Amino acid sequence: MSTEPLFVAPRARVKVRRSTHSPLFTIIGALVLVCLLTVAPWIVPAQFATTLTNFFILVIMATMWNLLAGYAGMVSIGQQAFVGLGAYATLYLAIKGMNPFVAIPFAALVCAALAVPITYLLFRLRGGYFSIATWVVSDTALLIIGTIAVLGGGTGRTMPGLQNLSPAETAHFSYLATWFVALIVVTGTYVLLRSRTGLVLASIRDNEVAARSAGVNVRAARRSIFVIAAAGCGAAGAVLAISQPFIQPSNEFNLQWAAEMLFVSMIGGLGTIEGPIIGSIIFFVLQQSLQQQGAWYLIIVGALAVAIALWQPRGLWGAFRDRFHTELLPVGHWVEPGESGL
Amino acid sequence: MTAALLEVESLTVHHGQLCAIDDVSFTQHQGEVLAVIGANGAGKSTLLRTIAGLHRPTSGCVRLDGKDINDLSVSRRVALGISLVPEGRRLFSSMTLEENLQVGAYHANPGPFNIQRIYELFDWMPNRRKQSVWQLSGGEQQAVAIGRALVANPRVLLLDELSLGLAPIIIEKIYALVPEILAQGVSILIVEQDVSQGVSAADRVHCLLEGRTSMTGTPAELTSEEIDRAYFGAGLDAPAVTSGVVE
Amino acid sequence: MIWLNIVIQGALVGGFYALFACGLSLMFGVLKVINLAHGDMAVVAGYVAVFLSPRLHIPGLWSFLVVVPIFALLGYVVQRTLIQKSIDRDPFTTLLVTFGLSVVIENLLLEMYSANGQSINIGSLIGESWHPASIIYISYVSLAVLAAAVLVLLALQLFLSKSGIGRLIRAVADDQEAAQLSGANYRHVFGIAAAIAFATVALAGIAYGMMTQFAPTSGGVNLLFAFEVVVIGGIGSLWGTLVGGIALGIAQQFGAHINLSYQILAGNVLFLAVLAVRPQGLFGRRSSLA
Repeated sequence: MSTEPLFVAPRARVKVRRSTHSPLFTIIGALVLVCLLTVAPWIVPAQFATTLTNFFILVIMATMWNLLAGYAGMVSIGQQAFVGLGAYATLYLAIKGMNPFVAIPFAALVCAALAVPITYLLFRLRGGYFSIATWVVSDTALLIIGTIAVLGGGTGRTMPGLQNLSPAETAHFSYLATWFVALIVVTGTYVLLRSRTGLVLASIRDNEVAARSAGVNVRAARRSIFVIAAAGCGAAGAVLAISQPFIQPSNEFNLQWAAEMLFVSMIGGLGTIEGPIIGSIIFFVLQQSLQQQGAWYLIIVGALAVAIALWQPRGLWGAFRDRFHTELLPVGHWVEPGESGL
Repeated sequence: MTAALLEVESLTVHHGQLCAIDDVSFTQHQGEVLAVIGANGAGKSTLLRTIAGLHRPTSGCVRLDGKDINDLSVSRRVALGISLVPEGRRLFSSMTLEENLQVGAYHANPGPFNIQRIYELFDWMPNRRKQSVWQLSGGEQQAVAIGRALVANPRVLLLDELSLGLAPIIIEKIYALVPEILAQGVSILIVEQDVSQGVSAADRVHCLLEGRTSMTGTPAELTSEEIDRAYFGAGLDAPAVTSGVVE
Repeated sequence: MIWLNIVIQGALVGGFYALFACGLSLMFGVLKVINLAHGDMAVVAGYVAVFLSPRLHIPGLWSFLVVVPIFALLGYVVQRTLIQKSIDRDPFTTLLVTFGLSVVIENLLLEMYSANGQSINIGSLIGESWHPASIIYISYVSLAVLAAAVLVLLALQLFLSKSGIGRLIRAVADDQEAAQLSGANYRHVFGIAAAIAFATVALAGIAYGMMTQFAPTSGGVNLLFAFEVVVIGGIGSLWGTLVGGIALGIAQQFGAHINLSYQILAGNVLFLAVLAVRPQGLFGRRSSLA
């Protein structure tokens, strides 16, 4: 047998790169935004601060859901389990004397810790069965918490430790807490996705078998993402509990959180950092303008999410990104064909 | 020269960004056995699947009786007479032997084959008809898969890697069926990794290498050396080595 | 006697659960789709029955004769349009679309009918029951629903095993591509399976409406139960669905016996236990999970 090379097709040279423009633009823009948002409570009317608080809670939840679904491929309709558990962990620590604000990171940790054994159950299922099982877990958590009298049982109770603050101060501080948690969560997710872990996740999402054969420990990667998402939602639950200090299971474990996270991520665009944020903006605009019409905003948001899933699955931001080739927070890579052409 | 039954013209098929078949052309005639051979990954299965309608080609076309079938669904192509016995048999595992045949017969064209005829072709089947197919041996499963495709009365039968995972003696028995199938007016397109079987059963041979045609010809015209070279690609810098009749 | 009553009541409600779940199981087995709007479809059927009965002058008890065929047709149409489109994208999309539909449907019903409970009027039948022993009351309606469930499952089993289309459905469920290669128009087969699933869920919804009150949000909790039944009984087994339904019913009655607020929790615990110990369910095949 000859040792000549076999059919060697001319190899196209490719370039692999990150963002489409100088990151300086994004960084300066981000800094300006951060400053503005931090001083917001002192320059905007009070109810706007509350709206912003709720907005950031949604951003946190949507970013975490997007991490789970868009990157790790796990569609969860039970993240409200961790929202609720985070809220109740905060409540419990506050009852024990901790300042509720200080309790936020601990609540997130509790949720992360609880998430680990839950994954051992949940990961026995795939696809839609996994999804509904997450809901069963959430439902179970709701029912169990509802039996614990000291946490308020089924009827609920108020969060201790906030009584010495005036309503305006509570609103301001809960806004700040929520804003900072949102900042940490979004920034953290961005950093995570740009890291090696992000690449690993993208490889799992694109082709699990190939990723496995390349040596990726798919199960461990999925588990860590689930735990991170649990922690994030736990933090969201904690700030939720602080901003709406009457805690009851039907609110903290409400399936509506799952619907909102899901719709918002779908509308904005799965698999992008900007997507959940843009989706949240649209959601809030719709909610504010249709507030008088009862549940209509949710119907419209839901219908919009379904339509986008069917016809524009990359979401609004995904479509924008494809059309204009720009990204504000790039996490993927662009492969461009080189000179010799493909 | 008998009529052209199946024509593949400048067919290019991609799997995502990977080019699996690159500008392949051939013609199969009525009553002919055409063997497409090639190493693993040469694109043979993709070729058959595209002809059957499971893949859409990037460019080029597939014609049956001169008519372009590119836009037809898989079930439409079965109705027109293309039946594929897929790689790995792909029997319906929750069903019995007879039920597998019955599924094949549900949308059958009129013709010489029916379930009874299949039972005559494979005389061990009637006794095992109520058995679940996962209880059958590899060779028996292959027979059921062939039966399921035949019972639809195809005009061209596509056989994908018949010999995969089977003992040589079973492979021989299955290939022994080829003349009987041909006798009923069914043309056969065989895809094989096993060169000797493929070539010995065929009227014409077409070799694929990395998605491109590396050789065509009749078994009589091709030496085993040429076949080896075309199969493995060693010593080739030109795209194709053809000898014998080229359509 | 108390234990016997628990078992009996559990079996009675289990029949209903099985009827509810078999549509879900069929959709997943054949189309590989989890219809998160499954529970809401049942509720819609209930509302349609409530809406149509007076207008068509049919007694509530017989409303299913009209509603079930409507839903069968609806199932076929919805599958060939919306669901097929989402299947063509990826399994992801079907989950998101059906969940979105579920939320939209529930809120639309809330807007149209308010959150008050409704039920299907079957006159005095609702209160009547058979009283065989001291504390055991077997309501006629529940018994009828259990009988209906068994009949439907039996009919479905016969249809799937004996008829040509039934075989096609099983073939598509086993291996969609191979079925296509055998000439099956898989989209049409999907449509038939969806039509059957919608028909059974409509029947279940009407049964529910006869046994108890339903409200726009009732779909959610019933979806949960249907899902638990399918997992407990085993994915891909119709009789497993019946057994799963009864097992769930009995577990819930047992929980309720200990403390009324433990009823749903007990069912969830059984589900989680089966998941932990035997994830393919009591009658399921190992492979069908992934």
